[in-house]
Amino acid sequence: MSDVVEKTLTALPGLFDSQTGAAKITNRLKQLVKSITELTSKHEEENLMKQELSSMKEQVASPNTTMKQMKEIMVRAMYCEMMGYEASFTYIHAIKLAQQGGVLEKRVGYLAVSLFLSESHELLLLLVNTVLKDLQSTNLIEVCMALTVVAQIFPKDMIPAVLPLVEDKLSHPKEIIRRKAVLALYNFYLIAPNQVQHIHGKFRKALCDKDPGVMTSSLHIYLQLIRESPDDYKDLTGSFVTILKQVVGGKLPIDYNYHNVPAPWLQIQLLRILSLLGRDDQSASELMYDVLDESLRRAEMNHNITYAILYECAKTIYTISPKAELLEKAVKCIGSFVLSPKINLKYLGLKALTYVVQHDTKLALQHQMTIIECLDHSDFTIKRETLELLFRITNAQNVTVIVKKMLDFLRVCSDDHTIIHLVGKVAELAEKFAPDNSWFIQTMNDVFSIGGDLLQQDVVNNFLRLLAEGSDCKEDDDQLRLYAVGSYLNVLKGNCFHLPQHFLQVMSWVLGEYSHLQESVDQREVICLLTKLLDQKTISSETRVWVLFALTKLSEDQTDLILDLLESLSSSQDTVLRQQAQELHHLSQDSQLHEWVLPHGAPWDSVEVDSSLSFLDGYVSEALAAGAAPYKPPHQRQEELCEERALSLEPYGFNLPVSLSSCSITDRQSPALSSELSGNSAELSQKAGTLILEGVKRVWGKDGYLPHKETTGEGAQVEDPAAALQTSGQQGAAERLEPPDQSQQKEDKQQLASSLFVGLGAQSSTSLLGKSEAPPPRFRRKPRPHASSSSSGASERSSDSSHSSRSTADSFLYGNLLEEEPTTIKPSSDVTKHNHIRANGPEQNKDAGVAVETDRGVNTSHILGSDMVLVRPNTIQDKYPADLTELLPADLKELPRSDVISLTSDPSLSLSSCRVFRDESLLLVIFLSNCTDTAITDVAVQLTCEGLETVSLRGNVIECLEGVSVCHYALMMKDPQTNVSFTGTVSYQTQAGETNSLLFSGTLCTADFIRPLVVTTEEYGKLWLSFSHDVKQNLKLLTDAEDPLGATLNALKETLQLHVVDVIDSEGILACSLLSGAPCLLHCRVNGAALAVWLRSPLPALPDCILYHCQKTLAEH
Amino acid sequence: MIKFLLMVNKQGQTRLSKYYEPVDIGKRAALEADVVRGCLSRRKEECSFVEYKDYKLVYRQYAALFIVVGITENENELSIYELMHNFVEVLDKYFSRVKQTQIMFHLDKVHIILDEMILNGHIVETNKNRILAPLLALDKMVES
Repeated sequence: MSDVVEKTLTALPGLFDSQTGAAKITNRLKQLVKSITELTSKHEEENLMKQELSSMKEQVASPNTTMKQMKEIMVRAMYCEMMGYEASFTYIHAIKLAQQGGVLEKRVGYLAVSLFLSESHELLLLLVNTVLKDLQSTNLIEVCMALTVVAQIFPKDMIPAVLPLVEDKLSHPKEIIRRKAVLALYNFYLIAPNQVQHIHGKFRKALCDKDPGVMTSSLHIYLQLIRESPDDYKDLTGSFVTILKQVVGGKLPIDYNYHNVPAPWLQIQLLRILSLLGRDDQSASELMYDVLDESLRRAEMNHNITYAILYECAKTIYTISPKAELLEKAVKCIGSFVLSPKINLKYLGLKALTYVVQHDTKLALQHQMTIIECLDHSDFTIKRETLELLFRITNAQNVTVIVKKMLDFLRVCSDDHTIIHLVGKVAELAEKFAPDNSWFIQTMNDVFSIGGDLLQQDVVNNFLRLLAEGSDCKEDDDQLRLYAVGSYLNVLKGNCFHLPQHFLQVMSWVLGEYSHLQESVDQREVICLLTKLLDQKTISSETRVWVLFALTKLSEDQTDLILDLLESLSSSQDTVLRQQAQELHHLSQDSQLHEWVLPHGAPWDSVEVDSSLSFLDGYVSEALAAGAAPYKPPHQRQEELCEERALSLEPYGFNLPVSLSSCSITDRQSPALSSELSGNSAELSQKAGTLILEGVKRVWGKDGYLPHKETTGEGAQVEDPAAALQTSGQQGAAERLEPPDQSQQKEDKQQLASSLFVGLGAQSSTSLLGKSEAPPPRFRRKPRPHASSSSSGASERSSDSSHSSRSTADSFLYGNLLEEEPTTIKPSSDVTKHNHIRANGPEQNKDAGVAVETDRGVNTSHILGSDMVLVRPNTIQDKYPADLTELLPADLKELPRSDVISLTSDPSLSLSSCRVFRDESLLLVIFLSNCTDTAITDVAVQLTCEGLETVSLRGNVIECLEGVSVCHYALMMKDPQTNVSFTGTVSYQTQAGETNSLLFSGTLCTADFIRPLVVTTEEYGKLWLSFSHDVKQNLKLLTDAEDPLGATLNALKETLQLHVVDVIDSEGILACSLLSGAPCLLHCRVNGAALAVWLRSPLPALPDCILYHCQKTLAEH
Repeated sequence: MIKFLLMVNKQGQTRLSKYYEPVDIGKRAALEADVVRGCLSRRKEECSFVEYKDYKLVYRQYAALFIVVGITENENELSIYELMHNFVEVLDKYFSRVKQTQIMFHLDKVHIILDEMILNGHIVETNKNRILAPLLALDKMVES
């Protein structure tokens, strides 16, 4: 019935005068709402919406429609849009309504605009005038709504038009106007940060506003600003602390309370700001301790909102510089969350625990039984969060159990996003901690089958790279490859049509590359298996290419098997496939060519690539002689287009004969890998580094929890570390259990606990005690030289030729996860060796030869196995002179140098270092300070760094150390790398006759190894033409300075030791050289708000390295 | 950060939606259906937070109405859970005992209230008097 009425009304809009019409329209909204609530099917919904839209269309077109009616139409349009039916014809009327309506209509008009239009919508421009008018209105309500809409959505380009008006409002007498103005500026800051840079001072005023609302809204801006550069706002730490103190102390008006808690969301916001300011900053953190303590104390009420505050508080306490007392309270608080019967609280507790175990894995031990329960929880969310927690505490001893739990979860999980995410983590853990080859390959098989085709490409790439590059030990690598081959042959023999494409690709690549290692397997069989794969209809054409590629590698001398296949494929629709088939066909007919193109078992890094494409020289010169235009890379062509407009006065031209900017490596290994090789290998290697180091934060290692660790450490002084850990883990579990309930279930859980949490208690002590108990990761990725340096064929050098990474193998703390070798501690034999060294120590040390070094190298691992060296916070700091640089030899004092940084220390010895930039090398100066009153004897320093060469060294063996001694290494970098890390050991004997050793590590970057290259502009021009490797990129220009180019170049010059050769108008040229002599030239040109930088060098990797540091410098500036 | 806020009834029909990040109108329906399915299928004793794609959903039930908020990983779930309650309390105060039908008939006003509380995905005001002040002033002007 009502439908009929509705239809009649829609059909006759013009028949009512405006008075009765308005009433009817109100009815219409009611009618619409009623119809919507009565909808029973999608079909009905579609009909209703169609009807509604057409009726609205007619109404808006009618000249008789009043503003009041229009307002109703807007609300109806909101309904249509909300249900997914676009009502774009109303958008323009929304803007009109905001422009012409009375207050309520205006507000609805603005509301409709903010709901319907996106930031980039062109109609938005029509709003600008309305906003301008309303901002100047005398009616506060209008000003208020204009500011509200500006704070939500505003065209970026029109900000300057309203900015002065909004700024004025910051000093408006009404607090609500000031508050909205601050929020509008916040929105401007988000969409165009440059536009509001000049009013940062006013933000401070807003922060100090007497009205709490205005202050609160300014916090949004500050949170954002501080997140971007915490160092610029350290001076405000005190203010934020004071504000929080007042809020917590209940100084705000009572209506800010929520369930008797003063402004909880404001407290949370402030806590977030404090955590950003206090991170890695002891002095800022100290200001906060009191108020954090008070927050914890005050939030004792049993209400969700106080828990939310406590959670934020605990997180802050664990982010800023640690204070033992607070950490303990925070842990207690998290503990009560985890144990809570309230499920939401339990979740939050797990989330907090996941966060804090990154700093101290031991914390998970206290809650192991709860964690086990959560792991089997019926709630998916809880389970998922628990796995995240387990991921963070995984180590080499519990990896198999944890990975199994994750895979079990994945098998029943149906959410794609979760699968991709978790599978990546499993792959990461497998690579990091795999106990043996078979487990690793099996786990990766699971990863590939479960991850399916959702799997991210880099999981595949990482895995293949690991196999291909291998470690330093060829035997181990071949073992792994052999295992993979065997495993894949088994898989392929089974039913494999359901296998994901990624997995098939991995298998075919591995078989193609390594099946020859498996002597027991007939190559013909492998070929048959792969050919069978091609017959399947389910495999994608990309996979077909992989398979065919593998066949190409395998088919040598076995051409008879693939002829049929070639026949059918050479008429394939897929061009790539056809080409591959053609190539295979040719190669199969010429075995010599085959051998030459695809040599068997050639090591990964010996692939010679002629990156200059010199073999084409003849062709090019012929073409040039025949009148062809010289080749220009695309960016250069663009450059020239710009240049053509003005006369170029530069000494060096752009007409270069051949430019080889982007030679990528054509490697024979795999289609997917090649793209990676040519590209951002620096990022990749860095990524590998950071991933592996996660969870071993130094700050947390040295402070706060030391007393606990000493006790665990002593407990673990057993011959077999694994056994010791096992028992301690079990004890921990047992202690926490209530009176013995012997049910089987409980026992199972305990068993699980001991296997999950094994190694946790001692892992943190590992880092502190300087011994590595956990077996090191199996797979070691070779450090990748910065760019595609496989062309040079050079492998990494070690600066310490006398001993490999073995002595640093167990260098626990910083670098060890990256470089390891299984350390087998054999107490009996080592003890004898130890004694032997002790007895002969002094004589050996007198001739500080290579032999001694080697011996010491072996020695270290034993020392680490038995003696404990505790790292204590610097209680001994004041024992040596404040300024260590005073101790530098006279000839070094005058040279430019870095600040002295502390490397490491133990109760008797403390190490600091500083870099001295000599013209011909980098001097790494190590200060050894004896912190005891007695002399330390037989001190020997060893330094290892791959990728660097030690030119000379002095003072690394000291017979008797009292006070401070200086030792220095002159280092050279031959192949450019963005960052190189070094590790080292100091071994020494104390008065008591104990032999101790202390490990240290650090990083050096390219910038340390480059020096200014002084050339004239003419010389520069000549050099420029002679270099073939170039890189071009736009960098950030420091636009806020008066002379942006000058400021930017200066910033680069200062941090990177570049020489500014010349600056002409908007262009500047700079030069530098690597210590080995290889120069690098930079050409910078201001290009709008960016700096277009073009680097050239004879070394392929050098421009990339320097560019990386330029980027970093400017980003930090 | 808050990505969106939805009010959905037990049948999964959207009663209010507000996005703080542009989402294509064509994709909203699918997203809402997904979100609703994720939340409504959960049992009472399970926690009020669900993982959804790369963000989290926080939901809370009021009689036949669910409020669902999508947030980023770094947001504090429990504080959002309580924010919803604050929102409902504000609605309750304005409509004196809010009902689902009131929300539907006054969709515009509910949006105006929400705009005072959340802006660009950030919580900007939680003081009930201040949240309602602009709307009450507006009502007064219309009356007079």
